[in-house]
Amino acid sequence: MNISRRASAGTMESSDAYIEIEPASELSIHIESVVKKQFGDKIESAVREVLSDCGVESAIVRVTDRGALECVIRARVETAVKRSGGGS
Amino acid sequence: MNKIVSSIKEAIKLAGLRDGMTVSFHHHLRNGDFVLNMVMEEIAALGIRDIKVNASSLFDVHTPLIGHIKNGVVTGISTDYMGAGLGREISRGVLAEPVKFYTHGGRPHSIIEGREKIDVAFIAAPTADNMGNCSGKYGRSACGSLGYAFADAMYAKRVVVITDNLVPYPLADFSISEDYVDYVVEVDAIGDPKGIVSGTTKITRDPVGLVMAAHAAKVIEASGLLKDGFSFQTGAGGASLAAAKFLKDIMLEKNIRGSFGLGGITGYMVDMLKAGCFETLLDVQCFDLSAVESIRNDPRHREISAMQYASPGAKSAVVNSLDVVILGATEIDTDFNVNVHTDSNGYIMGGSGGHSDTAAGAKLSMIIAPMFRARLPIVSGRVTCISTPGDSIDVLVTQGGIAVNPKNAELKERLEAAGLPIVDIFELKDKTERITGKPNELTRGERVVAEVIGREGNLLDRIYSVDK
Repeated sequence: MNISRRASAGTMESSDAYIEIEPASELSIHIESVVKKQFGDKIESAVREVLSDCGVESAIVRVTDRGALECVIRARVETAVKRSGGGS
Repeated sequence: MNKIVSSIKEAIKLAGLRDGMTVSFHHHLRNGDFVLNMVMEEIAALGIRDIKVNASSLFDVHTPLIGHIKNGVVTGISTDYMGAGLGREISRGVLAEPVKFYTHGGRPHSIIEGREKIDVAFIAAPTADNMGNCSGKYGRSACGSLGYAFADAMYAKRVVVITDNLVPYPLADFSISEDYVDYVVEVDAIGDPKGIVSGTTKITRDPVGLVMAAHAAKVIEASGLLKDGFSFQTGAGGASLAAAKFLKDIMLEKNIRGSFGLGGITGYMVDMLKAGCFETLLDVQCFDLSAVESIRNDPRHREISAMQYASPGAKSAVVNSLDVVILGATEIDTDFNVNVHTDSNGYIMGGSGGHSDTAAGAKLSMIIAPMFRARLPIVSGRVTCISTPGDSIDVLVTQGGIAVNPKNAELKERLEAAGLPIVDIFELKDKTERITGKPNELTRGERVVAEVIGREGNLLDRIYSVDK
């Protein structure tokens, strides 16, 4: 599935995450998080899993995490993908 | 005789401040304080170096201290609390000598015992006369109680009162009296009233906070302590204030007349006094305008010194007559040790204040905290820093259940009998981690940047540097 336009989801509020996604020739994921030391690896694998489930193989994804639970991060990524024209 | 001197600089010279000496400050002007920065700037301008700063608390308004540390003017800090901005620099290792963290009761104890010596104390006085009688109750920079400044005034070798409201002698309603004061300096402003007291401290509207607060009030009700003569202290955090509000409702409904409210006093405690929940407020520091107004006008609202509040060396301290205290935590472990010094990444962002003093003294010491904040679980296997030892904590209240310290089996029985949701602290930890995931362990830096001194003067823990 292709990302056809820039899109975002979420907020910069505490305990939420702000996800930006845009078209690209390959997949790159950038994570900034207030809990990066504690949960950075878990955040990245959750983001990869959602992208893979949505069939996204190439895109630039930026995650600005304010300590969101994993279910929140997953929901925000999925929403961003759908808004980017990538809803399969 | 005239104690008025023309400037802070003159007072520093007359007091004989030299390289290697210790100066002290109190923190009732909180984040609105101008005095510490004004004094330190003059000390630096006089070329004096290697100064130790002993302050009852430091706020981010005091960030110019970092420049004085880098220039060698300041080489040591003792305090009971440090704001997050300053704490970050200390955690990165800007100061060679570890910061000494005391408690609000342990600090005067250390000064009186001579473990901490003060050469020159600077008293920020919202009102003073020309002989140094001074008060926090009056003036444009009014802050209410001056409780933390008493030990400084009584035990420093030289005492300088700095005021922006000089009144004719004698100021009858003084807190600190002239017999302790060497010099008086008049300045344009000792602080910014907006930073000294908050307009109103508000109770939380967060539903999680309200659930915790309701639980907290029910724990107090079920503890057996809530009866005529009841005494109480709570923090100024949103959930703690909400707990006070729920407690007030229960006390009024059951017509319970308490004895005293203690602590840093907020408008909510003043409301409880006015509603008849307490006979008296004992006040070491005012948090808001309503508290300042009350201590000025209501004789039932009394100023107390930090020694009377909480010193373990005092012949008696109010904390030892306290029934219930509600306290916060950034982290608590399965042994009930509490951290209020460092944040989740190990940076200094607070301090004990009266935390461990009241926890040690009160019959029921309650921690109120959410199961997790920004994905970080409140309960860990071992806290990053022990601020208050677990043996003085009785109960942890969260939205996901109430964990009772096993040492207080009677409390657990009472709470269970009242139908409250009791949970084992290990179970609470697991339950929280099922929601948040298990956090990776942090690696700490090599250097000790601070020592946490227990209220009796014992070394309680060390705080390590944070590597970027």
